[in-house]
Parts: sequence; C-alpha cells; structure tokens
Amino acid sequence: MASNKKYWKSIEELNPESSVVEALKQNEFAQPIPTDQFLGDKDVLERTSTTRRDFLKYVGFSTAAASLAACEGPVIKSIPYVVAPDEIVPGVANYYATTISDGFDFASVLVKTREGRPIKIERNDLGGEIGGVNARVHASVLSMYDKNRLMGPQVNGQEASWADLDAAVASGLEGLNGAEVILLTQSFASPSTAALIQSFTKKYPNVKHVTYDMVSSSEALDAFQETYGVRALADYDFSKAGTIVSIGADILGDWQGGGFEAAYAKSRVPKDGRMSRHIQFESNMSLSGANADKRVPASPAQQAAVLGYITGAKALADVPEAVRPAAEQAKKQLEKAGDRGVLVCGLPCPKAQKKVLDYNTSIGSVVMDVTRPIMKFSGSSTEVQKVIDGVKNGSIKGLITAGVNPLYAFPDADFSAAYTNLDFTLAFAMRADETAASAKLVAATPHYLEAWGDVEAKKGTFSLVQPTIRPLFNTRQFQECMLAWTGSTQSYHDYLKAFWQSNVLGGNSWSKALHDGVFTSDFSANYGALPETGTPARHFDTGEAMALCLYTKTGLGDGRQANNPWLQELPDPISRATWDNYLTVSAADAKRYGLTNTHVSNGALNGDCVRVTVGDAVLDRVPVLIQPGQAAGTVGLALGYGQKASIQAEMQTGVNAYSFYKDFSSVQAVSIEKVDGTHEFACIQLHNTMMGRDIIRETTLEIFNTKDKDYWNAVPTVSKDHKEIPVTSPEADLWDSFDRSIGHHFNLSIDLNACTGCGACVIACHAENNVPVVGKSEMRRSRDMHWLRIDRYYSSEESFSADADKKDNISGLGSSLSEFAEMEIAADNPQVAFQPVMCQHCNHAPCETVCPVAATSHGRQGQNHMAYNRCVGTRYCANNCPYKVRRFNWFLYAENEEFDYHMNNDLGRMVLNPDVVVRSRGVMEKCSMCIQMTQKTILDAKRDGRVIKDGEFKTACSAACETGAIQFGDINDEQSAVATLKEDDRMYHLLEAVGTKPNVFYQAKVRNTNEA
Amino acid sequence: MEQVTYRNVTAKVLYLLLLTVLAFSFTPNANASIDFPAAQAVDTVAGENLFNANCAACHKLYKKATGPALFQVGDKYDREWLYSWIKNSQDMVKSGDAKANAIYNEYNGAVMTSFPALSNADIDNIIAYTYTPKKAPAVAAVTTATTTANSGGVSNDIILAALALVFMLLVVMLFLVNKTLRRIAEANGVVYEEKAARIPVWKLFIENQFLVLVTAIFFLLASGYFAYGYLMQVGVDQGYEPVQPIHYSHRIHAGDNQIDCNYCHSSARKSKHSGIPSLNVCMNCHKNIGEVAEETLAEGKNEYGVDYNTEIQKLYAAVGWDEDSQSYTGKTQPVQWIRIHNLPDFAYFNHSQHVTVAGVECQTCHGPVEEMEIMYQFAPLTMGWCINCHRETNIQVKDNDYYEHIHEELSKKYGVDKLTAAQMGGLECGKCHY
Repeated sequence: MASNKKYWKSIEELNPESSVVEALKQNEFAQPIPTDQFLGDKDVLERTSTTRRDFLKYVGFSTAAASLAACEGPVIKSIPYVVAPDEIVPGVANYYATTISDGFDFASVLVKTREGRPIKIERNDLGGEIGGVNARVHASVLSMYDKNRLMGPQVNGQEASWADLDAAVASGLEGLNGAEVILLTQSFASPSTAALIQSFTKKYPNVKHVTYDMVSSSEALDAFQETYGVRALADYDFSKAGTIVSIGADILGDWQGGGFEAAYAKSRVPKDGRMSRHIQFESNMSLSGANADKRVPASPAQQAAVLGYITGAKALADVPEAVRPAAEQAKKQLEKAGDRGVLVCGLPCPKAQKKVLDYNTSIGSVVMDVTRPIMKFSGSSTEVQKVIDGVKNGSIKGLITAGVNPLYAFPDADFSAAYTNLDFTLAFAMRADETAASAKLVAATPHYLEAWGDVEAKKGTFSLVQPTIRPLFNTRQFQECMLAWTGSTQSYHDYLKAFWQSNVLGGNSWSKALHDGVFTSDFSANYGALPETGTPARHFDTGEAMALCLYTKTGLGDGRQANNPWLQELPDPISRATWDNYLTVSAADAKRYGLTNTHVSNGALNGDCVRVTVGDAVLDRVPVLIQPGQAAGTVGLALGYGQKASIQAEMQTGVNAYSFYKDFSSVQAVSIEKVDGTHEFACIQLHNTMMGRDIIRETTLEIFNTKDKDYWNAVPTVSKDHKEIPVTSPEADLWDSFDRSIGHHFNLSIDLNACTGCGACVIACHAENNVPVVGKSEMRRSRDMHWLRIDRYYSSEESFSADADKKDNISGLGSSLSEFAEMEIAADNPQVAFQPVMCQHCNHAPCETVCPVAATSHGRQGQNHMAYNRCVGTRYCANNCPYKVRRFNWFLYAENEEFDYHMNNDLGRMVLNPDVVVRSRGVMEKCSMCIQMTQKTILDAKRDGRVIKDGEFKTACSAACETGAIQFGDINDEQSAVATLKEDDRMYHLLEAVGTKPNVFYQAKVRNTNEA
Repeated sequence: MEQVTYRNVTAKVLYLLLLTVLAFSFTPNANASIDFPAAQAVDTVAGENLFNANCAACHKLYKKATGPALFQVGDKYDREWLYSWIKNSQDMVKSGDAKANAIYNEYNGAVMTSFPALSNADIDNIIAYTYTPKKAPAVAAVTTATTTANSGGVSNDIILAALALVFMLLVVMLFLVNKTLRRIAEANGVVYEEKAARIPVWKLFIENQFLVLVTAIFFLLASGYFAYGYLMQVGVDQGYEPVQPIHYSHRIHAGDNQIDCNYCHSSARKSKHSGIPSLNVCMNCHKNIGEVAEETLAEGKNEYGVDYNTEIQKLYAAVGWDEDSQSYTGKTQPVQWIRIHNLPDFAYFNHSQHVTVAGVECQTCHGPVEEMEIMYQFAPLTMGWCINCHRETNIQVKDNDYYEHIHEELSKKYGVDKLTAAQMGGLECGKCHY
C-alpha cells in the first residue's frame, strides 16, 4: 500500500507561492557548494600530472613521515639573563603597589609580576579607602598587552621620533601666535600632574587646561563646588548606614566613581539582628536595584518627584500615583533611621544633587563625608561645552587631548570636521583611537603599569603609580612630555620624588610610600582655579516620548578598554549578555511597540531591532532586550560600545550611545521605531527564574531574627524506611566518607548577602587560571569557558518566596503545565538574586564516578582534581555534574587564528600565568579551587618551617572580592574564619538534597523587609 | 718430514712478529720536560706560595688582570720602591710619588690592598718568583702529549695487525694439514661413507604444526614486547646530551673544583626553576680565570677534544668582557643553551620543594653531575619514576613546624614511624597537574 502521507520539510511549504520551496526542489543545496575554491583554476588542473594514485601515495607518505617526526622531541632553548636583576628570581612572583587612574577607574592595586611581566592585578589591602578594584581594573593588565597599541609617536600620520614630535609641538604652539589652544584631559586627580600642567600653561599662556570626563559627573561636582567650595564629590561610607534611599544612583556600579560596595556590604550582612535597609528608585535595572531590599521602578520624572517629596520640596500629592506609597514609605524609613539614614541621587541635575547634599546635612547623616571628599573627577561640562563650541566656530585653533577621545564621545560630524581643520591637534593616546587617528600629532602614551604618577583619589589619601615593566613600545607619558616641553631635563620620576618629598611626605620615607602604594597626608594640592559651574537644572518630563537612561556597564565602563576581550566576554551582571550593548525595554513597552525576544532552536536569544532617535541623532538597528524591572516609559542603553578606530574587528561591538549623550545628560527624550531585522545575542543565562526551587535560600530579617534555623534554612530530608531523615545523615549516604580531619581541608564560603554580583571575581579567575576567550558566536552556543559564573535569578511573582508558594500549590497536570510555564517568565519588577557558582568540589562528586579514565579525582584537601592530560573528552563528567560547572574545550583556543584573542599573539600571551597549564582541545576543565595558590602557600610555609595562619590561603576569587562575600580557608583550622562560617546558621549547600557534600557553601540571603 | 718443515716456518714467522712488537714497545717515550733554572738565589717556591696566597686574586704573571702583570716586576721598579708600595700603596699615592700615581691612575684608582705583614724577604721571594719564565707554550706541551698518545695508538694497531696475520697463517696451516692428512688417508685406501639424503630442517619445522604455533605465538609476544618498549620510550629522553653553545664542564666545576650546585643554580632553593645561571654569576670567578691550568687544558684537548680556553673566550664574548682593558664593553649576546630536562607543560615541578624542604640531593635526579663532562639527562623523568620516588622517600620533618602536627597525626593513622611522600598525599593528581 503506497503511502500518501505528506512530509512537511519546512514551514515555507505552507506558502504555495514560496520561491524557497521551488528553489530547494531544483537544488539539493540551498547555498552553492564552493567548489570553485579547489576546481576553479582549470589551467592548473589540466596541466597537472598528479594522478589519483600519486595523490594517495603522497598522502600516505606524508602521514607516515609526520607520525615518525612526531616521535622526535623539539629542541628547546633556555636563555638566561646576561646580567640578572637582583630582584628577579625566575619562577617567583614579585608584587608592586601601584594605582590605576585612567580617567574612569581609580583604585590602589598590587601588581603580580613574573620574570618582570605583570600578569595579574590584586587588591591592595592598604588602599581600601579608595576601593573600586572592579572587573575593569582586574582586566586592565590585559589592556597593556593589546596588540593594537600605538608603538611610537607620529607626526602628520608618519612614524616619528620623540625629538621630531617635540620640535613639531614647539613650532606648532609657537606658530599659532597666541591663538587659543585647549589642553583637554581626563581627570588626573594628580597633584604633581596639576603642577606640571600649570607650568606648561605658564610657558604657553595661550593654552588653557580643561578637564573632561567622558561620562560626566558634572552636576554633582557643580553642586558640591557651590556648597563647599571644592570641586569634588561627597564620599559615602555605607557601612554606617541604617537606611539607604537611592534615587537613580547606581551605588554599586560606577556612580560617582564607584568603589562603595565594600562598605555597603558591611551593613548588608545581618549582625546582632540588624542590617541596613536599601530602597532604590530607578529606571534601568542596575546592580544597586538588584541588591536593594525594595526596588521601585520609576522614570526619571517620577524619581525627581520622589526626591522633591523626600527633601520636603514637594507635597505627597504631587508625587505620581505609581510611586506615591513607596515614596511615603521611604521618607518614613529615612526619618526613622535618623542620622544613620542617607539619601543618594543619580539624576543629572545640579539642583537635585544640591538637595541631596542639603538633606543629608540636615539630618546629620553619618554616612556622608564632605570633609574628605572624593577627588576622582573634576570635569565641568559647561567648560567642555565651550570647548566644543569653540572648536566648531573656529575661535579655538588648537586642541591637545590626553586620556580622552572626544571624536568618539562627541559623534557629531560638525565637530569631527572642525577638529580636522584645526591648526594644531595633538592627541596623547594608547591606541590610534578616533581622535588620535585624526590628530596631526600623536604622542603614544604608556599603560599605567609602565608609568609613574600620583593620585589623590580621596582628599588626603595620596597614592603612587609606579611602573612594573619597562615600556613595551616607544612611548612617553603625558607628564614626561610636559617636563620636556617646559624645557626641563628632569625625568618625571625625579620630579615626582622631589615633589612628594617636598610636599606630600612631610619627612616620611619615599620608599615606604612606594612600597605601600598609599600615603595619608595633610598636604593640600593646588589643582588650579575652580572651573566654571553652570550645568543647567533639568526637568525630566519627557511627555509622550520615552525617557532614555544612559548607563555604563560593569564590563566596558566608559569604553576605554573596549579592545579587551576579557571585558567583552564578561557577562553583564543583570542581562547576562556578552559582547553587546542593547536597548533595554520593559515588557509593557515591548508589547506596545511590538518588540519581541525569541529563543532559536539551540536556545540562543534573538531580539528585534529598533531605530532610536534623540533630536538629530539617529541610530539604526539598535537591538532590543526585554528587561524585567525596566520602568515603563523608559529605555536604557549602555555607553562605551560602538568603537571602531584601532579596535579589532571582533571587538567592534554594539552601538555608540554617546550619540545620544547630549549636553552630558544621561537622561534624554527619545523616540523608538521598530525596524526590520533581528539581532543575535550571546546571552549565557537563558533561563531567568528559579522556578520556586531553593537554589538561593533566602529569608527575611524578621524571620531570621525570630525563628529557628530549621524553619528558614532546613536541611533537606530524604525518606528511608518511610522515615524522613536529613540528607546529611550518614544513613542517607551511599558512600563511605574519607577521613579528612588531618591536614588541610579547604572550604569556600559565599555570602549571598554580601555578594553584589559585580563580576570582579570572574575576571580575576580568568587572569589566574588562563581561562580562554571564545568569542561571541561560541558564547551564543553556550560554550563559554568561565570557571566561575554569577547566576542571576529573577522572581516570577513579586518575590522569590511567592514563587516557592506558587510551586508548592501546584497540583494536577493542567495546573503544573500552565503554572510552570508562567513561572518561567520573570515578573515586571522582580526580586533579583545573585549567586556565584564555581565547581563545588563535592566530597561525593558525581563527576568522579563516571570518568572512564579517572582523569578527575579527589584530593585529601577537599579539592576535586582535574588531570587535563589524562582526559579523553567523553564529557560524561559534565553531564553528570548537577551544578553545570565543567567546561569543555571544543576547540583549541590558544595559538589558533579562529580565536584571534590575546592567546593568539605573542604580546597577549605574556599575560598567561606560567604556573597554570593552557588547556588543549578536547579536554574538560573547571575550577581547581586555585590549587596552584594553595600549594604555593603550603610550600612557602614548609620552606619557612612554620604553621600556616588563617587568611594565608586564598583563591583568585576570594582575593578579588571587594565585599568579602567569598571567604576561603582551612576548616580543619578551628580558628579560621571559614570554619566559623561553616557553623553559621545561614550556611547551606547548593542542591544539598542531591547529597554531593560540596566543599563550597553559601550563606543564605536575608532581606530586610521591615517597613517603617 | 713435511710436517717438520711446516712447523719451522711457523716458528720463524712467530719470532719475527715478536721481534717487531718488542721493537715498537721499546720506542723511547718522547715526553719532554724542560727544567728552567732558578732565576735568583732566593726561595722561589716560598715566593710562589706567597704569590698565590696574596697576589693571585688581582695579579697574573704574564697578563693584565685587576692589577698589572707582574712578570719581571723587579726590573720595572727598584726594590725599595716595591717594598714600600706593597706594604702601603695608598701612602705612596698620597705622598705624590710620580710612579705610584701613574700606576694608580692607569688602573682607574683601584686601591691595591696593603700588605704590611709581608717582610722584605717575603717580597724578595715573590719578586724572585715573578722571574719564572713563561712555561713553554701550552701548544708545545699539547703537541708532545699528542705524539705520545699517537705513538701508543700506532703500536697497538701494529700488534693487532700482527695477531691477525698469525691467525690467518694458523687457518691456512689447518687447511694444509687437513688436506695432507686426507691425501695420506686416501693413499692408505680409506673409503668414506656416502651421506644419506636428509630432509631439510625447515621442512620438518613446517610440518610440525605445534612448533609453528608456538613459534608464531613467541614471535607475536616478542614483537608486542618490543613494540611496547619502543612506544614507551617515545618522548623519554633519558641520556639526552645535546651539544651546547659553550662547552661547559660540570666535571671541572662541580667535580674538580667542588663548587656547590646551589652557587650557580641558586634559585633551586627558593623557586620552581633551578635556574640557569646568568652570565654575571660566571664572571664572579671568570673575571680572574681567563685561562685554565695547563694540565686541564691538555686533558680537555686529549680526552674531550675541546680547548677550554676558547670556551672561556666564548663566555667573554657573550658577556661582553674585554680582557685587555679588564672592563665590560656593554655588547652582550645571551647564550642560547639547549634545555636538557624538559618536563611537559602539564606537569608542575618545584625545585625548592625538593631541594629545600625535602633535602633531596641534586644527584638523586640529575645523576653524577660532578663526573659529567657534558651534562646529560640522567633520569627518565617519567611519571612512574616520580611516583616511585614519592612512594619510597620519607618526608623530612626535622625542625619543621609545618609538619609537626600533621605528621604526628598521620603517622598514627597509618601506624608508621615515618611517612612517605605518598602518604602525605604526594600521589594525588592535582599536586602536580594543574
């Protein structure tokens, strides 16, 4: 019986007119097979005398020859120093204290160098006051080994010597006959640099110095300057806070220079029954909102109203209804907290900033510190605007830029054209960025790890920058040029030392200050005349239009490290998307504009594209990501992307949001319109909700304080002989436990209350463990190699506990089908929780039992070992791992043209940690609990013949954690912090019911839901 | 009788040979040694001793070093001047003595150590010693040595050739005797039996299937054994002895001169790498040792075919040392040594763990380095070899607070007095592979 079944081959067949179906009927292959590549040259093909048999002979011979040759080892050369430097012992790391101050990130760091090459950035415990050793700072070491860096100075596009450049600068400046020249620099916050610039402008009186922050804090600076007479930003010590009310301020992000998370986390960990309460009003879902106890989505206009109400300028009735109860509640909460309350604001309006300063002063907030303010930024957008206008109208004849990239950050055709027509353009740059590419003179500057310098990031706290490697290229730092151009023959090092000895140190040791990296002094630096204030007061009522809130991402910040593959591949903590920026849209608005996000067959995310228009600036094809928690009527877009000049093709990602950064305001009225086309995202977390499971255990402060541990953090039970027994009991165990009471037994504790999800640990892990970068298309296939990921969960109901209740109440097939499907969708304003997950180093590891070649095995010290050279790549272990932390090398990621990132060039490979092997194709890898670090600690102790103290054992992630959320140590040392944490009431193991007995444990999250 | 004739011939040949051999063995040994007459009637031996103890650090007889060459120094300066100069040179410089200042300035103000303890007689002895003429150039000594060696070689060859000749003659004689006997037998009418036709052995072998089977199995097993053996040595470079850019003799440095391994490979105590010494370490000694002793030189040429002095010159070229001006030129050229001990990247090995903590002798893994003219890989450096040692070696716990507690508890657990590295966890994969 012949079958008359019709087999549908594609959805296209539904359309009878479809050309695709017709085309496929004619051709077996939809795309032509590229036979031309090897059959194209007919002449050669006909002339050749090689027969098929010959070909096979050659193949056979070359295979045999290759295999024989493979038996012979290569000759490896070993070249010692001719004269070895005293401080370098091959194989032993040296550490130097230095400071990053690239104009966006400021932090005191320790640099680990091996054989004279910096390979890793660590936090400097002595420089904690400055803080802010974030993911970008950790990744900055790789930016030094950027192959796209400028190799030397250029004069009129030609490579030149420094003498040529010096002459060109002198003749250029003198040839202007006194016409105005602007020296446009980043915020240096450097006393010695300020002095050098003053002497330069003295020599060339036609040069005017203007400080420019690409991402402006001008409103807050103006407000502070008008109130206190200093151009600085108020410092906040959130560890003292009882109540934090933030209105649009991303206090855990880059708001006012960042670096607040360490103190913030201190007040967030419940101690003696108390923790701070954090209320956040914001438009975009930020890290701060995600960590807040209560997050209120509010458009900028609503935020301004809430601010007005809280500071007493507005009546409650004037507050929009949507946020009225929250505002009222926040105000009560602040009043209740008294002087332990603090109000912070991120609205780009000097009036709003002034209100905040006044309010905090009026309540006598102990959190705000205006006596020792933050000096990181000093740019004035008023003055920068004048420069832009001056360049455009021709009143300015010359522009010197240092550490800033105005042609990228003012993407305005008029400005670019005017810039190229200037008589004198000089750019200090590390890469041939947009500005340097158009400048007549280019001074190649060194990376901060190759330079000297000083920074006053906080009033009175001075830190030093010292080189950790000889400059890789023919570069000269800005300060050195200033010295040369003012006729000094002194080196900047000598100048700096003399400057510090006569001003800062007050008789103290220079060497000690250099060793520590930071020094506290009463010295009052002269940063020149205060700039003009005058940022206009702004109202944020965008009427019918959407409000665009520009923000900076954890990964790229203001975009100066865009050529850094680690940062490109770092998942955004909130959206978990990599290699992209995108317009974040609320679900309601997405529906209104018909915008969708869809998952394709392999699970990857696709998004629609929109045309975004702000005034005369238009960006076509901006991808849209539907962001839970985005305030309705607002959209978000990250700055720092869309760079092209001197950026490797793979890293030219995203769109340039600076096009919309009009008047240096992060809030803009915007219109969006759907356009054709879809965008492929590389998002590494595609399931956003926890489905009511207790992956992250959490409770409220009230329950935590009043109820027994078993109520809110019970050990899961299993049934044995119809009796419920705890899963931790030996009876529930299939295995005999190994006795680990002797020697070290390492455990890692992660406090979910302290973890803000910032991602610094992820980059630290990359640097320490040579984790490869796989690129966007592999990320899209979920083949990321990150040993440590920070999972982010949204609640599907208004809170995670409501999720759990919903799940528990599901009964029956119909209910479970519909309600589980509902639970996959995040709420409009969800609760958010972060959870760093790395290999859990299970004592009863499921991966170990399934490995056919015993490549993964357990050590006595609690670490799950992975012998790469033994692995044959069956991937059984990854499939059997309940935590999904094993990573497979699908390809060779080092020295492979297909993955042209840092591991594919000699310069980039210099960042590799020589103590950790670079894995090859076809093997499994995973977190080793930094066994190279624990082994080193043990060896050092053995060599010194001493007992190891608590705190000596560290992993890359625990050392990088600013907030102290990740603690590592030996639980057999009863005095150790981690042993205490293991006995803590909040302690639980991830998926404890599985019975894997992990050596990583978590501290349950406690939320302060106490309403005033 | 015929036989007698034959014997006589043999005897004569033998006598002749013996004579030849003896004649060669008694060739007088041409090793010439020339004795130089003492220059002066003072104790040059005492002078030599004093020179070596006090002066040799900075002065050489025939060549500039830190200070000037001292050969026949007595002719350049008068005796009294030398007495006071040696006893306190700085006084003379300060007093403005022209000669003293000239020499002081010529050597860039390098202050000569004062020797107030030397008596005038001592100084006389030293000066007398400086008149020791330069020994016949090393080349001459070498030539003579070579000749001797060669003559020995030639005589050996002749003896061998003679012996071979004798054996040939013996064989010939045997044939002749056999032939003669057979002829006599035939003449006496002896009849030989005809040999029966035999089945060839290989046919018998093939017909015996059991034997074929056993042999086949044997050959299969044998080839398996050898194939396994071959494959197992792939990548094992035991005995690897590459030719190095500078012929550096561990035998002389570590063996003859007893220099501690850690003097040059100092990072072995504190780092994972033993470290190849940088050239400035070589120059700590070789600033003053531009030439090796003559016996050493001769030994090098004869036994290893290398001129040690040229090798030292290679060092000078690499480090940029100008012997004439006794200064660095600044032109350096790093030495590209061939690395001998190559562990794969996936194996982590730390020298300091073994050298400092465990107190393992360098020779345990690197073999009798002090006897190696050229360094070679002594150990197989395979994982099995590492593991074996970890199983057998006890850990060194003495005076090490780190081990105190853990060793006590673990040895109680295992019921042993002393723990091996393996019992401490030295066999765990992750201890070496990460």
